[in-house]
Amino acid sequence: MIETSDAAIVAFTLRTALISTAIVVPIGLAIAWLLGRFEWRGKALVETLVLLPLVMPPVATGLILLKLFSRRAPFGHLLDRWGIEIVFTWRAVVAAMVVMSLPLFVRAARVALEEVNVRYESVARTLGASEPRVFFSITLPLASRGILGGTVLAFARAIGEFGATIVVAGNIPGRTTTMALAIFDRVQLGKDSEAYRLVAICAVIAFAALWINEAVIRRRSAR
Amino acid sequence: MILSLRRVRLPLAHFELEMSFEAQAGATGIFGPSGSGKTTVLELIAGIRRPTAGQIFIDRSVVDDVVGRVHVRSRDRQVGYVPQGESLFPHMTVERNIRFGVRGDDAELFVQRVVEVLEIAPLLPRGVSALSGGEAKRVALARALVTSPRLLLLDEPLSGLDRPLHSRVIEFLIRVRDDLRVPMIYVTHDPAELRQIVFDVIAVDRGNVVGHGPVTEVLP
Repeated sequence: MIETSDAAIVAFTLRTALISTAIVVPIGLAIAWLLGRFEWRGKALVETLVLLPLVMPPVATGLILLKLFSRRAPFGHLLDRWGIEIVFTWRAVVAAMVVMSLPLFVRAARVALEEVNVRYESVARTLGASEPRVFFSITLPLASRGILGGTVLAFARAIGEFGATIVVAGNIPGRTTTMALAIFDRVQLGKDSEAYRLVAICAVIAFAALWINEAVIRRRSAR
Repeated sequence: MILSLRRVRLPLAHFELEMSFEAQAGATGIFGPSGSGKTTVLELIAGIRRPTAGQIFIDRSVVDDVVGRVHVRSRDRQVGYVPQGESLFPHMTVERNIRFGVRGDDAELFVQRVVEVLEIAPLLPRGVSALSGGEAKRVALARALVTSPRLLLLDEPLSGLDRPLHSRVIEFLIRVRDDLRVPMIYVTHDPAELRQIVFDVIAVDRGNVVGHGPVTEVLP
């Protein structure tokens, strides 16, 4: 039986994870494209910065985000002047999810884009296609399986995000509590059965995401 | 004169390509051993690669001039390019492949003509993976032709096909040459193919032109 508080936590987690994924996909696709197809000054630095959250402790990444978005930092101060509050709000939850899932998406998308035979793109150009048309009608559809896989991975990572979130967003009931934070909280308080209820919901969501991903890939392969 | 390369240079892995030649309307062959720079020449003409020196003219208009800093993009060259190996977009049907480069309703009659000449009407609804090697070559040829190119570039169009299919594809290429009157540059390492379809041959080796003239004089 799912309780009202559980439903609210699940809905909040899904909503923030979806917003995060919607931010990660276009930005990650652009980064993967630039990293995979072109040589440019500063490429190694950008590549390292994007992948850094994969190897750093998530809590450390959360501390960096906290520093960046705090009102005393130039960036946080600028946002504050525009009336945008980040730290300890749902926006901080999304920010942590974005930073932690971006490297996974970029890696998957980069591999998928690099696997597209450039011959198809060259031929499309000789047929009069503009660069945006080449990208959207040739490259993207041919890389779609890998990109879809990366999207599911990014969404799943966002759902499970914990370390960076707890530092930059805290664990404020009704405001910033995600499933991962709630599970931790309940275990700490000795409410194991309530924790396991959320664990089961997490497992169902993860299973559904992976199953949909596999089903879509199978349908595309069968065409 | 449909094509002119003037002191075109491009460094490659084992040698520097440096070529000058002119090709008249009709069918011209580029002949040479594997790795002699034949495909690179086609890619330079198609605008896929940029030369480091020299000029390229198509139909008397400049498309590359390194000193003059001219490089016309592939999409604006009006050149049909049929590369070696698979080039049909695998996620599209034959019809979507063929119509990819068609712009405007005026081209419809020409599309119908190309489909008729190359006998591909029954293939239109099929997926690319359902085509045989010979059918795929014809579709790739049709896709390049429907854009009304000023010049057709064919890179080893018979490679990967069984011997019995060679004469069939050659027959279609002769139709393109004579019925549709599209000038073509035909690249191959096989002199037997060239004897059947081209008038002039440019022999290349290690990135240089080593012979140029009528097919009977240049080919071994």
